[in-house]
Amino acid sequence: MVDQAALENDQPLLVAEALSKSYGRIAACRDVSFSLYPGEVLAIVGESGSGKSTLLQMLSGQLTPSGGQVSYRMRDGVTRDLTSLGEAERRFLFRTDWGYVHQDPAQGLRMAVSAGANVGERLMAVGWNHYGRIRDTASDWLTRVEIDTARIDDAPRTYSGGMRQRLQIARNLVTEPRLVFMDEPTGGLDVSVQARLLDLVRSLVAELHLAVVIVTHDLAVARLLSHRVMVMKGGRVIETGLTDQVLDDPREPYTQLLVSSILPP
Amino acid sequence: MNAPAYNFAYLDEQTKRMIRRAILKAIAIPGYQVPFASREMPMPYGWGTGGVQVTAAILGPADVLKVIDQGSDDTTNAISIRKFFAKTAGVATTTATEEATVIQTRHRIPEATLHDKQVLVYQVPIPEPLRFLEPRETETRRMHALAEYGLMHVKLYEDIARFGHISTAYAYPVKVNARYVMDPSPTPKFDNPKMDNCAALQLFGAGREKRIYAIPPYTQVVSLDFEDHPFEAYRFNAPCALCGAENSYLDEIVTDDKGGRMFVCSDTDYCEGRQAAGHHGALSAAPYKEKAHG
Repeated sequence: MVDQAALENDQPLLVAEALSKSYGRIAACRDVSFSLYPGEVLAIVGESGSGKSTLLQMLSGQLTPSGGQVSYRMRDGVTRDLTSLGEAERRFLFRTDWGYVHQDPAQGLRMAVSAGANVGERLMAVGWNHYGRIRDTASDWLTRVEIDTARIDDAPRTYSGGMRQRLQIARNLVTEPRLVFMDEPTGGLDVSVQARLLDLVRSLVAELHLAVVIVTHDLAVARLLSHRVMVMKGGRVIETGLTDQVLDDPREPYTQLLVSSILPP
Repeated sequence: MNAPAYNFAYLDEQTKRMIRRAILKAIAIPGYQVPFASREMPMPYGWGTGGVQVTAAILGPADVLKVIDQGSDDTTNAISIRKFFAKTAGVATTTATEEATVIQTRHRIPEATLHDKQVLVYQVPIPEPLRFLEPRETETRRMHALAEYGLMHVKLYEDIARFGHISTAYAYPVKVNARYVMDPSPTPKFDNPKMDNCAALQLFGAGREKRIYAIPPYTQVVSLDFEDHPFEAYRFNAPCALCGAENSYLDEIVTDDKGGRMFVCSDTDYCEGRQAAGHHGALSAAPYKEKAHG
């Protein structure tokens, strides 16, 4: 007997093939290829200007690559090239099967509407039309990201930085996406808040069997969350492998430099 | 030197053609906001420059014009627009809803049922229903194009979360012909059901925002709501103090500084018609009372 779920997990969810992006003579990203499987967390590390964010934007269909292609296995099991999707399909994908966690929560949240409506927006966008159920689901998600449900009617502008980031995560996960993109989700948070957020993300990822592409310059974040690491420099992937392998036994001089520039505890 | 200083109905013929093209497109795509080259009018923005341009473009010499402002035929805005067309187009004007062929309105739909020989022209300040939730015009247009209207429910959700019910009382969003979400201009939500399956053509003109949109006759217009918080038309729970009407939209008028108030029909023509037909309310004035006490 064939285990259908296992078969599903054996096929890549997201495939990047020879992705490049250049702005005039400047190549921001060159020849990046990889496959991401369901439930897998991939960290993209590198210093500022190494092409991490450009790559993330291409993967999430927000930027058209100059060369190469990104394909995604949709919920119906068909793998499709992102550029072949219509705008309506891409936007639908973005608010159902995908999540995107911005570094600055103000970009990913509606700061002027209540937390409940922020979480409920995606549900309403896919046609939920029952206030009671939307509110119950929103309150359930606030609990899961450790936000006091008494604050469900407060606008995120009254929230602290850490709470905003957790709210942004709840807002993204409410439609049970299979793939989440994260752009420096812990940037700008203090260390203890960072630790709590990472802990939360790690348990949610395991619980929901999420595939994640996380961009970070913080190797500690990569070590804690990811299964695999890609190191970028000057728009190229210079090293890739299992997280512990890359971080404990770096092969490339640049990776060695990155790893050794972490202050010893 | 007896030649008229203006073209018929003020606007030149080329401008009217341009506006008519926009109107035709708006009728073809119910609820869709058609951009048009709005002109400067001899009145300030916010006083109905959009409505006036639409009226000017559709007005013919045989038309009978009625203009209302908040349901009333005798407020400054209504009178000056009525005089404007009486002067520049020489058309007949009326205050009787039944007799009018073109009714320009600000913030109300007349109480009398409109018929298929009539056109209702709305003055619209802000045509974009999504504006206060999404400030980018490029984004709202894309949302209309892709029929992404989840955001509209976010607004209603916020109402319920804050006040326990949908507190939006005017400019209540509607879905036209099961496709476009539309701002019905700041009419009270009491009037929303009148837009549905209406026999008259409804045209909306926003002068400052340069948009025209339309609801063709007999088109489905549905007010947005939640399953567990359905749409409700609101009116003050009182009869009109002058004509006793129980089902018209009422204005609240403060009569003294001790909490005294009266409720009267906002549609003056409807109220006067009922009074002429012998209906009376609790505060009806002398002629009726003298007769009553004989």
